[in-house]
Amino acid sequence: MDLIYNNLLTLILFTPVLAALIVMLLPHKQENLVRWTAFVLSFIPLALSLVLWFSFNPNQPGFQFEQQVIWYPPINSSYHVGVDGISLTMVLLTTLLTPLSILASFSIKDRVKTYMVLFFLLEMGMLGVFLMLDLLLFFVFWEFGLVPMFFLINQWGSEKGEREVWGGRKIPARQYASFKFMIYTMAGSLGLLLAIQMIGAVSGTFDIPVLYQTWNSLTGTLFGLPVNVVKSIAFWAFAIAFAIKVPVWPFHTWLPDAHTEAPTAGSMILAGVLLKLGAYGFLRLVLPLYPAEAKYYAGALGFLAVMAIIFGALASYGQDDFKRLVAYSSVNHMGFVVLGIAAAAFVYGVDDPAMKQSANIALNGAVLQMFNHGLSAAGMFFLVGVIYERTHTRNLNEFGGLFPLLPVYGGILIFTSMASLGLPGLNGFISEFLVVRGAWPIFTLYTALAMIGLFFTGAYILKGIKQVLHGPLNEHWAGHVSEINARELFVIVPLMVLILLIGVWPNWILSVINKAVAMVFNLV
Amino acid sequence: MQFPLLSFIVFTPMIAGMLILLIPGERKTEIRMAALAAGAFALALSIWAYFAYDVTAGGYQFVEKYQWLPQLGISYFVGLDGMNAPLVLLTGVVMFTGVLISWGIDDRPREFFAFLFILATGVFGVFVALDLFMLFFFYEIAVFPMYLLISIWGWKVTREYAAMKLTLYLFIGSVVSLVGALAMYYVSGLGTFDMVAMEQANFSVDFQRLVFPFVFFGFAVLGGIFPFHNWSPDGHVAAPTAVSMFHAGVLMKLGAFAALRVGIMLLPEGAKFHMPWIIVLTLVNVVYGAFIASVQNDFKYVIGFSSVSHMGLVAMGFATLNHNGMLGAGVQMFSHGVMTALFFAVVGMIYDQAHTREIPNLSGFRKVMPVVAIAFIVGGLVSMGMPGFSGFIAEFPIFMGLWNGQPSSLWNGYGWIAIIAAISIVITASYIIRIVGKVFFGQLPAEFDGHVHDVNMLDKVAVVFLSAIMIVVGVYPQIIVPLVQSGVENVMRLLGGA
Repeated sequence: MDLIYNNLLTLILFTPVLAALIVMLLPHKQENLVRWTAFVLSFIPLALSLVLWFSFNPNQPGFQFEQQVIWYPPINSSYHVGVDGISLTMVLLTTLLTPLSILASFSIKDRVKTYMVLFFLLEMGMLGVFLMLDLLLFFVFWEFGLVPMFFLINQWGSEKGEREVWGGRKIPARQYASFKFMIYTMAGSLGLLLAIQMIGAVSGTFDIPVLYQTWNSLTGTLFGLPVNVVKSIAFWAFAIAFAIKVPVWPFHTWLPDAHTEAPTAGSMILAGVLLKLGAYGFLRLVLPLYPAEAKYYAGALGFLAVMAIIFGALASYGQDDFKRLVAYSSVNHMGFVVLGIAAAAFVYGVDDPAMKQSANIALNGAVLQMFNHGLSAAGMFFLVGVIYERTHTRNLNEFGGLFPLLPVYGGILIFTSMASLGLPGLNGFISEFLVVRGAWPIFTLYTALAMIGLFFTGAYILKGIKQVLHGPLNEHWAGHVSEINARELFVIVPLMVLILLIGVWPNWILSVINKAVAMVFNLV
Repeated sequence: MQFPLLSFIVFTPMIAGMLILLIPGERKTEIRMAALAAGAFALALSIWAYFAYDVTAGGYQFVEKYQWLPQLGISYFVGLDGMNAPLVLLTGVVMFTGVLISWGIDDRPREFFAFLFILATGVFGVFVALDLFMLFFFYEIAVFPMYLLISIWGWKVTREYAAMKLTLYLFIGSVVSLVGALAMYYVSGLGTFDMVAMEQANFSVDFQRLVFPFVFFGFAVLGGIFPFHNWSPDGHVAAPTAVSMFHAGVLMKLGAFAALRVGIMLLPEGAKFHMPWIIVLTLVNVVYGAFIASVQNDFKYVIGFSSVSHMGLVAMGFATLNHNGMLGAGVQMFSHGVMTALFFAVVGMIYDQAHTREIPNLSGFRKVMPVVAIAFIVGGLVSMGMPGFSGFIAEFPIFMGLWNGQPSSLWNGYGWIAIIAAISIVITASYIIRIVGKVFFGQLPAEFDGHVHDVNMLDKVAVVFLSAIMIVVGVYPQIIVPLVQSGVENVMRLLGGA
């Protein structure tokens, strides 16, 4: 037991790899065996992270369950893992969504084994980002996660659709989307890579807790430039890499394509966890490493966040493709996360307790919104997948009046949509309220505009519900669509329970987040 | 007396090659079995040398020294240090896998393997030589069989042209560096070609600055440095598969390694004086090589130019003349050798089946050769510097070396070179993804249906072996890094830095 306890984070990180290896050894032909093994194995990381959740002490500052082993001595990089309240919630979200996504993937018929292996590798990549306290290994996992996702979109993405590329050549849409996803993110990470190298060369270490001290206390000149100029450039290198992942307007254009073409479970993980990597990067690295620069540019970041909220909602409203509609809604919702982060960044160095309090509220909201959006976006993408598997279309104009045919599905869709819309009593309301409440005294105008954006959020959500469930029945579907089945219920019900639970009693998770945020950002 | 491990490594291939020549030419299976046994034996010896090297002790180990021509101060003098130990292992790996994937060669396999093994002896010899004369001696042994291997067993369309071009380029390069080496011999006044002794020769600064370009560029031609790189894609393309593997995997390292051993280590002042402009050439290598690779339609040319790009990173790491850069370059030589050997093996396997290398005509090969497809993807990820694979372990310190030193202004330092060179990562990613998508995925064209088959067991073993090495190094860099670091410390000592 002690063995498990002392290596808890390492176990959480690498049990997915072990699961991948086991799945790899199973025979090709027995697809059901592969599916069930993968499903059962995916509960191991979940169980371990529940152990972590309950043995985590929220009142203790700093990182817990730390482990440090030297990995690349000449450049002083070590395998250093640890969690605080922020990464803990993200780890829980990741390990929770993975079994559900694997269950959602039971309808995959093509090369099940490879698919499951990639899925476990993806899980490992994401967990690594949340757990690493070493800048170099953070980047290692940050980049590595792209590879399985690329193949999931490229190989198991939707089979229909074509995109015209340079020279009028037509290629399958999933190829286009996966290529764009990969190159966009890699190119965006180049600045991050260069900045990490620069920091490593200057500081002689990649250890994040050490860098919090040394990098911040750096003065004088670097490369013949004043330190704050170098830091400003490095700040933007970091910020752009993370902004692409979040994604913040105007860096969001890879997202609708990737989401739309990815297989259902891929979209669930993409929206549920992958986008949070970007926001997590802001919280773990940008704010602590560049507090002064973050404060200086907080207004710009807040502006981009508001643009994401408003344009995300408007773009979402304009879609005829159900999945694209949900994809743009992610841009809209993640905007609130960034708004909260920007508000907190702005308060750095301010001593006014009221402002600090607001910043604390905004950051709490941002972290909770990351978790909440993980639940509701995964749920929404799953529900889109469910209807797509039955109708083989995502065109909203071809649905209509399905509520009488699919009463249970309809109810679930409305429930999840309402969570996404921010209905009080469900989770989205809590976090968006916190962000808006916290950001109001700091960025009054932006917050006001963001709330107008919320109005459009309502509009696109209702549009989606109306086009699918209400209106005259499209006779084409009568007798052809079947109700949501038991397996699919098992995917969505845990998400709904959590959505409701956070909505009515947020304190169980907020208490963890709150203490972490207050301690990490010194906002007590 | 100590067991002469290095001599065994160097001469095993040569002796095996001679013995193979004694087997009657029509008994092809026996010839292949003998070649495989020799390859496995050389691999085992080089693994032994690699792991038996004592990192904590450092310095030259397994040293053997015999007088050869004492009147001129020439001796047979070999030794292993942290810099060449990975390269010896690399040569063993490439030799073994090269034999595995050459199983299908039906045209005079006896002579083919004999020449290939002579080549291997030359390569091993250059890596372990500590005597300048011996280094040249083995260098020419390595270059000469290349001509025959390409012009006899190469791709019919360009083999004569490519063999001629390659040989002339490399001979001219070696003559230029020989001029420099002879100058060093006479000026040092030590009357010896012993490189360990010449390290202490105290050449004057002016002399070093004058001679360094000759020595460095003479060897760097073989390392594919811009603008002397254009023999290499032609040579790669025309060579038969195993020879391409040797050629890009090992022979190009020969150039880079000799440029380090003779150029940088013996003429450190010259290196310090000239590197600031040479590094710009390596930047051209890296970025321009990647661009050219991305517009090729011939599969083998893509890989050929990608080698130019990646070898540019090796030279760039050397050119930083600091600890991180050298370390990265040392690891990159190993990593790139394994990666490019894998690439050429895969290209060869596809060409053998499809009889074309035009990327637009290839598609869907994942379905017929799944193992090869996965191995190629692993190689591709290494190539684009994806973390978790050996390429990242190598490239990251090179880039860090560019940032090192905290110069007085951005333009005095190499930070800007890092920023420009980073572009190549995205370009590499784009062409690798394009190839993977086009060649391995999609529908298998109808004309290949039934004509292409999965590769045989030996080929699978070869590609799996190569890709496993890259993953192990990527996940557990400790397996190579301390070794290379101990070699780098020796170089840095000569450069007078930490």
